[in-house]
Amino acid sequence: MDVSKITASELAAKIKTGEYQAPEVVTQYFQRMEACEDKVNAFVTLDKERALAKAEDVQARIAKGETLGVLAGVPVAIKDNLSTKGLRTTCSSKMLENYYPTFSATAVERLEAAGAIVIGKTNMDEFAMGSTTETSAFGVTRNPWDLTRVPGGSSGGSCAAVAAGECAFSLGSDTGGSIRQPAGHCGVVGLKPTYGTISRYGLIAYGSSLDQIGPVTRSVADAALILEVLAGPDEKDATSVRREHYDFRSALTEDVKGLKIGVPKEYFSQGLDTEVAEEIKKALDILADKGAIVTEFALGLTEYAVPAYYVMASAEASSNLSRFDGVKYGYRTTVYDDLAQMYKRTRSEGFGEEVKRRIMLGSFVLSAGYYDAYYLKALKAKALIKERFTQAFSQFDVVVAPVAPTTAPKLGESLKDPLQMYLSDIYTISANLAGLPGITLPIGKDLKGLPIGIQILGDCFQEKAILKAAYALEKSRPYQAPAIGKGGEVDE
Amino acid sequence: MKITDETIAHVSLLAQLELGEEEKKKAAAEMEKMLTYIETLETLDTEAVEPLTHLFASDNVFREDIPSGENGAEAALKNAPLVKDGMFKVPKTIG
Repeated sequence: MDVSKITASELAAKIKTGEYQAPEVVTQYFQRMEACEDKVNAFVTLDKERALAKAEDVQARIAKGETLGVLAGVPVAIKDNLSTKGLRTTCSSKMLENYYPTFSATAVERLEAAGAIVIGKTNMDEFAMGSTTETSAFGVTRNPWDLTRVPGGSSGGSCAAVAAGECAFSLGSDTGGSIRQPAGHCGVVGLKPTYGTISRYGLIAYGSSLDQIGPVTRSVADAALILEVLAGPDEKDATSVRREHYDFRSALTEDVKGLKIGVPKEYFSQGLDTEVAEEIKKALDILADKGAIVTEFALGLTEYAVPAYYVMASAEASSNLSRFDGVKYGYRTTVYDDLAQMYKRTRSEGFGEEVKRRIMLGSFVLSAGYYDAYYLKALKAKALIKERFTQAFSQFDVVVAPVAPTTAPKLGESLKDPLQMYLSDIYTISANLAGLPGITLPIGKDLKGLPIGIQILGDCFQEKAILKAAYALEKSRPYQAPAIGKGGEVDE
Repeated sequence: MKITDETIAHVSLLAQLELGEEEKKKAAAEMEKMLTYIETLETLDTEAVEPLTHLFASDNVFREDIPSGENGAEAALKNAPLVKDGMFKVPKTIG
């Protein structure tokens, strides 16, 4: 049994038919972690005992002939900003180093109701603020394809764990590309659904109007299956939406004949690595060969997405993170004279540099005298950007874009210049501003052997269109797993 | 825009953060650089544009006001840094 490359769908089938035993599967993943974690460091917290107990329970129910959920016995890793009842949830911050939620996120509950088994919590940029997983208070996660490089971020632990074969699939969260970008850098599939599709209840908020939870998987079919499990309205999240259809797996056909694909010219004009651009062109040729109609177009306003995003995300972060005050949970400073000093010292000592940077910026753009010029202006820019995508999707079924300007950067390179790091989010951020669904999947490798991803965006509620295009592309290139610790080699 | 010492002091208060001298200088320089970049937005004509606060038009979501779930007070208090008599303990707030 090699569980490191199997898809969640295949694993669920094998457990159901009795070919694999759930406790043995869980044990295999923990053995895989023992072999990889000292190199990759994808996890913050492991939950072996409870995972094994749940696996025994699943197995006992199979023996009794009970009908089980679609993910029965399938091990999942959860990003550490998703609340898990009784299991430490840190957001990779010193602030929440000893926080044990008293409830689970709706997304986690739905996975567990479908039979999935939580095996641990994955590393991330602190409070999801970063693009490399280097701002974690618990050490960096390394890219399984090349341990001298970052996995991307902020869901770097979730994506590295899937690439390294340490779980069958994982959950991430995406505020400005935090699922899609690390999925691209790690050579796995990452899906950000339409805003509101998956309940955010229990997701420790960063930018509430932008945040969306999504699956990280080794196949497009897995992404569709897990989305079916996760999607649906929730009375605990007022922004969750009731959709007309939830049969995402019905889109898993290779039939892209007549599918209209728009390719924004601006994304390929400057700043994009030539090897990345080449691979995307090849992928578009494959889709065209299968009958898709590929057309270049001018999207417009692309230069405004990143500045508008950082105003909004920072503003919302400064408000959301005001709850961390050293009173109800989390870190509290030891030396203080009064309440005001306790708040300030707690927050100054508990938050890392990047989080403080964004809270400061957010507090500024919301402050009296600057609110109109920065925050309202960004919301107006958002309206115009959304309008451009609405226009684009009146012509096209999907829009194809790069995921990031380059393949995974070296560790330590990105944090030297925060603005430069923010600019690298250019291709992913618009989907959050406009609420669009987006999927990333691996399409090739550069000369260094690092994965190159492609991003497919759809109009709101059109997940089926992007899943169909992604499925067709995936069929032309089977999944590859990294040979961990080597340099960009494939583990056959 | 130029970020002065006063601005940093004001924003630190709003953010409830206490920055050291070096941190203040760094914060001012970084914020200035970021805001200069953000000011790209000024070149965008938004004259007749309404700010987009919610992506999808939606009504308020109501539910019946019926108590549900468990009393999590004890479990919640376990996460608190300081507790006294079943309550969160904080420094004296009124002098």
